[in-house]
Amino acid sequence: MRAGTRLGFVLLIAPLLLWLVLLIVIPHVDLALLSLRERVGVGEYAVSMANYRTFLDEPLYLWTFLRTAVMAVLATAITLVIGFPVSFYIAKIARGRVQSALFLLCLVPFWVSELVRTFGWMILLRETGLISGLLQWLGLTDGPVEMLYNDAAMMVGLVYTSMLFMVVPLVTTLESLDDGIIEAGYDLGGSGPSVLREIIIPHAVPGIVAGSIVVFMLSLGNYLTPTMLGGKDSLWFTELIYSQFIVRFNWELGAAFGFLLLVLSSVIVWAMLRLTGQTLEKTMGSA
Amino acid sequence: MIPSMPRPLAYRLIYGAYVTLFFVYLALPLAVVAVFAFNDSVFPALPWEGFTWNWFFGDARPQIGVFHERRILRAIGTSVLVGACVSALSLVVGTSNAFLFNRYRFRGRGLLYVLMLLPLVIPGIVLGISILVFSSTVANAAWDAWEWDLVALRPGLVLVILGQFSFITTIATLVISARLQKFDRSLEEAALNLGAGRLTAVRTVTLPFLAPALVGAFVVAFLMSFENFNTTLMLVGSDAPLTIAMFDRLKEGSTPLLNAVSLLLMLGSSVLALTMIVFQRR
Repeated sequence: MRAGTRLGFVLLIAPLLLWLVLLIVIPHVDLALLSLRERVGVGEYAVSMANYRTFLDEPLYLWTFLRTAVMAVLATAITLVIGFPVSFYIAKIARGRVQSALFLLCLVPFWVSELVRTFGWMILLRETGLISGLLQWLGLTDGPVEMLYNDAAMMVGLVYTSMLFMVVPLVTTLESLDDGIIEAGYDLGGSGPSVLREIIIPHAVPGIVAGSIVVFMLSLGNYLTPTMLGGKDSLWFTELIYSQFIVRFNWELGAAFGFLLLVLSSVIVWAMLRLTGQTLEKTMGSA
Repeated sequence: MIPSMPRPLAYRLIYGAYVTLFFVYLALPLAVVAVFAFNDSVFPALPWEGFTWNWFFGDARPQIGVFHERRILRAIGTSVLVGACVSALSLVVGTSNAFLFNRYRFRGRGLLYVLMLLPLVIPGIVLGISILVFSSTVANAAWDAWEWDLVALRPGLVLVILGQFSFITTIATLVISARLQKFDRSLEEAALNLGAGRLTAVRTVTLPFLAPALVGAFVVAFLMSFENFNTTLMLVGSDAPLTIAMFDRLKEGSTPLLNAVSLLLMLGSSVLALTMIVFQRR
């Protein structure tokens, strides 16, 4: 490199390194160190696995952790199943103006904050809400029905909140599939389901992976939706982190929880990439 | 399945109905929020008590409108300030990152690129606590060593800005990189041949080409900052941005005031998004 470009290189790499080292790498190392710290006396600390043992010994913590993981996977699967036909419709069936209008319509709800979306579902689902009112008006129920504060309501909210992040990558990959290939599948004697299974889904894998990773991440790390729509029994792991940090001020245990959440999400994202032979650069770069 | 393959009418009807239902599902919560902003009652719920503008302009209890509610107005101001700082910072760093990855081949480039993407796959709440933990480690160390009280490193707006910046920069980088990849380097070389310095060439040729992406990245960053909840929740001090202020309100019980704020938010972000689309078309 010439002297001039060398200086340019240093100037360009400096902000990147400052950002990544000071705000991403060191804070996470510090978080890991804090999670390995145990308070043994006033102002005295020792390195130990005590916080992780607490996590394993307390059934509520472990149970919440597993439940959050399973529910986040479930939310991702439901989002995919609901979003796929719509993405296919937008990418392959709608044409011209209708196509771009439908695509834009998909984006619109996500320009407002998650809080507003959750609030909308609260108005719809609660005892004095619209759906309860509609059911009474139709004479299907005698009294008000409470549909809020349970797992189903929470699931509706989670799926709603992350739909965009599934539909956009799916539409992008499905659009790149040549209609001729689908026609060829039929010409060769394929039926609807077999064309879907043999041609369309394999082609859409990059989009499915990109969408699923983002949706899974967002669901796992969600705090607002489980808090507002979930009930007493639908405790989410992020709520435990929040309560250790802000309510109980037990940062050591909170750090351990945070680290566990990070490990869980990394492992599942990694597994998803491995199973489908994708890489993070490819999936995220295109999403 | 595709228009060139004829399908039975029933199949098409069911498919069409499904897609329609999907869009109803998307629109319903937002429509409901918007409509109940005009309900003349203290609850955003049925029964419908008649139309009113009070939740926007009302100045008497119990119907104090958005424009007379100090706490909400201040929270909007805070959010705008945070959003502007975050977008400006991430735009600068994002542009620099895009140039770095586009123009230079160096050892560790692949690793740095993956590191650059990581903030997208770290849960927001974990980003928040890790920055909280590190900043208080630094602040405590400064206090123990020199008795300096670094207020900026205690929960508050500076940390909120840093926390949001830490992942929004990745998005800004991706948006700007995508456009920079389409840039024809020979245009820059032509400028150099015509006697321009490197910086002049970048400023007069490359940056104007990037302008739509820069505007797009700024708007996206601003909206993401404005609606961010998880990271902000862990780093917030006494000055709450709008989402946090609304969350605290919602926990106390909701009034149509929140609907009115939400409706204004929807209008605001649609205007921003439209501006961006218009800019992209040019």
